[in-house]
Amino acid sequence: MYETQYHRASSVQDAVKQMEAAGEGKYVAGGMTLIPTMKQRLAAPSDLIDLRHIGEMQGITVSGRSVRIGAATTHHDVASSAALKAVCPALCSLAGHIGDPHVRHMGTIGGSIANNDPAADYPAAMLALGATIVTNRREIAADDFFTGLFETALEGSEIVTAITFDAPAQAAYQKFANPASRYAMAGVFVARRDDGDVRVAVTGAGANGVFRHGDMEAALVANWSPDALSNVSIDASELLSDIHADAAYRANLVKVMAKRAVAAA
Amino acid sequence: MAKVTMTVNGRQVSGHCDDRTLLVQFIRENLGLTGTHVGCDTSQCGACVIHMDGKSVKSCSILAAQADGSTITTIEGLAADGELHPVQAAFKANHGLQCGFCTPGMVMTAVDMIRRHQGQLDEATVRAELEGNICRCTGYHNIVKAILAAAAEMSGARVAAE
Repeated sequence: MYETQYHRASSVQDAVKQMEAAGEGKYVAGGMTLIPTMKQRLAAPSDLIDLRHIGEMQGITVSGRSVRIGAATTHHDVASSAALKAVCPALCSLAGHIGDPHVRHMGTIGGSIANNDPAADYPAAMLALGATIVTNRREIAADDFFTGLFETALEGSEIVTAITFDAPAQAAYQKFANPASRYAMAGVFVARRDDGDVRVAVTGAGANGVFRHGDMEAALVANWSPDALSNVSIDASELLSDIHADAAYRANLVKVMAKRAVAAA
Repeated sequence: MAKVTMTVNGRQVSGHCDDRTLLVQFIRENLGLTGTHVGCDTSQCGACVIHMDGKSVKSCSILAAQADGSTITTIEGLAADGELHPVQAAFKANHGLQCGFCTPGMVMTAVDMIRRHQGQLDEATVRAELEGNICRCTGYHNIVKAILAAAAEMSGARVAAE
């Protein structure tokens, strides 16, 4: 790892101030992606500003069907929140299958979505739940937040402080994990609203990262059942192809995971 | 340089290290506690698992500076008064190790797992919970057996205490 300077932020405001004073700074929360990346010398921030101890970024609030999750909330805390499980068990289950128990004790929801790894699980949930990404400056619809591989709408020193959404009537997430890395080779989050609106978001498979699939959404609005997806075609030309799975295989996985998710919802 | 102060195995310790020093290096090199191992160094194998503020974490993926102010338990802190911790005893009784390299991480993982599940574990849960720990010798079979035995013993002990 290259040299770096560590700073612990006491508040969101303090973190922004420290970032603006830094050369090539990076925010770190759980660090479950960033620290290993720095160890491999694939990232070399001059300064690390630690968000993990900022109280206002912690915790889960559920009132009625409306959910707010502080960005520094760990995967473990999302997975084991009884209040969240009561309104949106799909998100608890998703969080409980990220990485391994030790990673879940450190990794945070805000870190995952700000990093926008094309194989990360949370971005699919944010899109399918129609979540709002709250930052220190503004609120960004999930549809506008994820802009490409490891790219988001976040600017310079902007910090994701929370995410909010209204719990759907039904939802589920299913992923086909790479047998070695356990990252999603295809992961599909489906969510259905009381008014019949359906969102389907796919992670792990898209060449440009997480995306919604309009044809699957339309098919499920017309008929909320796994069979409704049988005749939907998944365009392989927009999917990732690598040593783990070629695009055609991923296209098939996307449909199978979507069907399983609808069946599980 | 970072000045790091933490409580390790019940003892308050401080030391100076580079800001980029990993927690596992600090534990092994500054504190001389070499029971915590570095296996893969790529956050996959779990040989470096310790408890930070009561939760299992991979100390090779955390900076010592990030852990400043925390309470740490390493494998050296488990046995009390020369008596093996029930999980350590169960690994011994069930032959849950061969070369022993992954064992400190396995034991720390098992203690955390049993605590979170309040001793209520079945084989499938134990195997799923071992996702972040790799053993190249045992085929996991006796590790799973040891953890189930320890969980049964510890929850039995808890019932007896209540």
